[in-house]
Amino acid sequence: MREVIAFIIMGIGVTFDFLGCLGLVRLPDLYNRLQASTKCVTLGTILIMVGVIVFTGWNQIGFKALLTLLFILITSPTASHALARGAYKAGVKLWDKSVCDQYGGEK
Amino acid sequence: MVILVFTIVLLISTLLCLYRIGRGPTPPDRTVAIDILGILIVGFCAFLSIKSGRDFYMNIALSWSLFNFLGTLTLAKFLEGKGFDE
Amino acid sequence: MKRFTLFIVLFFVWILLVYSKPLDKVAFRQNLWIGLLVSLFVGVYLGDLLPERVGKFYNPRRILAFLGYLPVFFWYCLLANLDVAYRVLHPRLPIRPGIVKVKTSIKSESGRVALANSITLTPGTLSVDLVGDTLYVHWIYVRSENIEEATEYIVKRFEKFLKIIFD
Repeated sequence: MREVIAFIIMGIGVTFDFLGCLGLVRLPDLYNRLQASTKCVTLGTILIMVGVIVFTGWNQIGFKALLTLLFILITSPTASHALARGAYKAGVKLWDKSVCDQYGGEK
Repeated sequence: MVILVFTIVLLISTLLCLYRIGRGPTPPDRTVAIDILGILIVGFCAFLSIKSGRDFYMNIALSWSLFNFLGTLTLAKFLEGKGFDE
Repeated sequence: MKRFTLFIVLFFVWILLVYSKPLDKVAFRQNLWIGLLVSLFVGVYLGDLLPERVGKFYNPRRILAFLGYLPVFFWYCLLANLDVAYRVLHPRLPIRPGIVKVKTSIKSESGRVALANSITLTPGTLSVDLVGDTLYVHWIYVRSENIEEATEYIVKRFEKFLKIIFD
């Protein structure tokens, strides 16, 4: 029973991972890609770690999975934020059908 | 068996990332794909760990996520055109 | 206080790292002594690097606000993923991207950083830069280019929790 619950949670996580990578290929410009892939891959990997905790219980694998979960939850948005700003400063343009760009006008 | 299916789905996701790394028109696109690839590898390590029942794969996952974060920050600073010590 | 908090956190993480289920007493005791010494040294030596006064987080009101914030955050995180899944799987890609400007009224620096991270993981938004009290947010489907309406839509749902936690 416990293994079935763990496999369901991991399955949802893997599906989100796959959708994030599909977004990485399909979406038109860097910022949209960064948005889709960061959200989906972060939550997908967190769900995989929750599945590992449910699967193994509180032994050494479970505690390390908990630490990895917290670490990814904190660092992944920070990394994507730094990448978005670095890409903007490096001169990557927004998609040509974008509506507005209130960041570039003031610098 | 189920874990094998999950691993194959993750492998397909990794191939999509590799497509973006090879195709991406500018260096920042490739950097984004490399960051995502690193997080996917953490998921691989978790599956290996529960498949084999040993805990050192989780050590690899933990340290991999740490160094992936540091590498992404360094590349982002480099793209921004600053030195590494700011 | 900063040093003591850093020491406690480091020592707790170390215990989680060296714990094993059939507990090997001798090895665990040795690991515990090493972790105590190293985290004491690191906590005393590098405790000043923490950006803010830590003592205010021991207030029970802030801890309760944090516990109430977690389910809201995970609910919006799940909504964000379903939103992205819808936009990616739709054959015509219903996106209308743009970078908008929003204002926040949170005073403390770490509160602003937490707000930026929360915005990144929630539906359709990605924080690009943080200058003073102004956040530049990349929005995958721009509903309004006005600053007040965008602030109402993006920031307000987290701000009331983060204001209690960090201010």
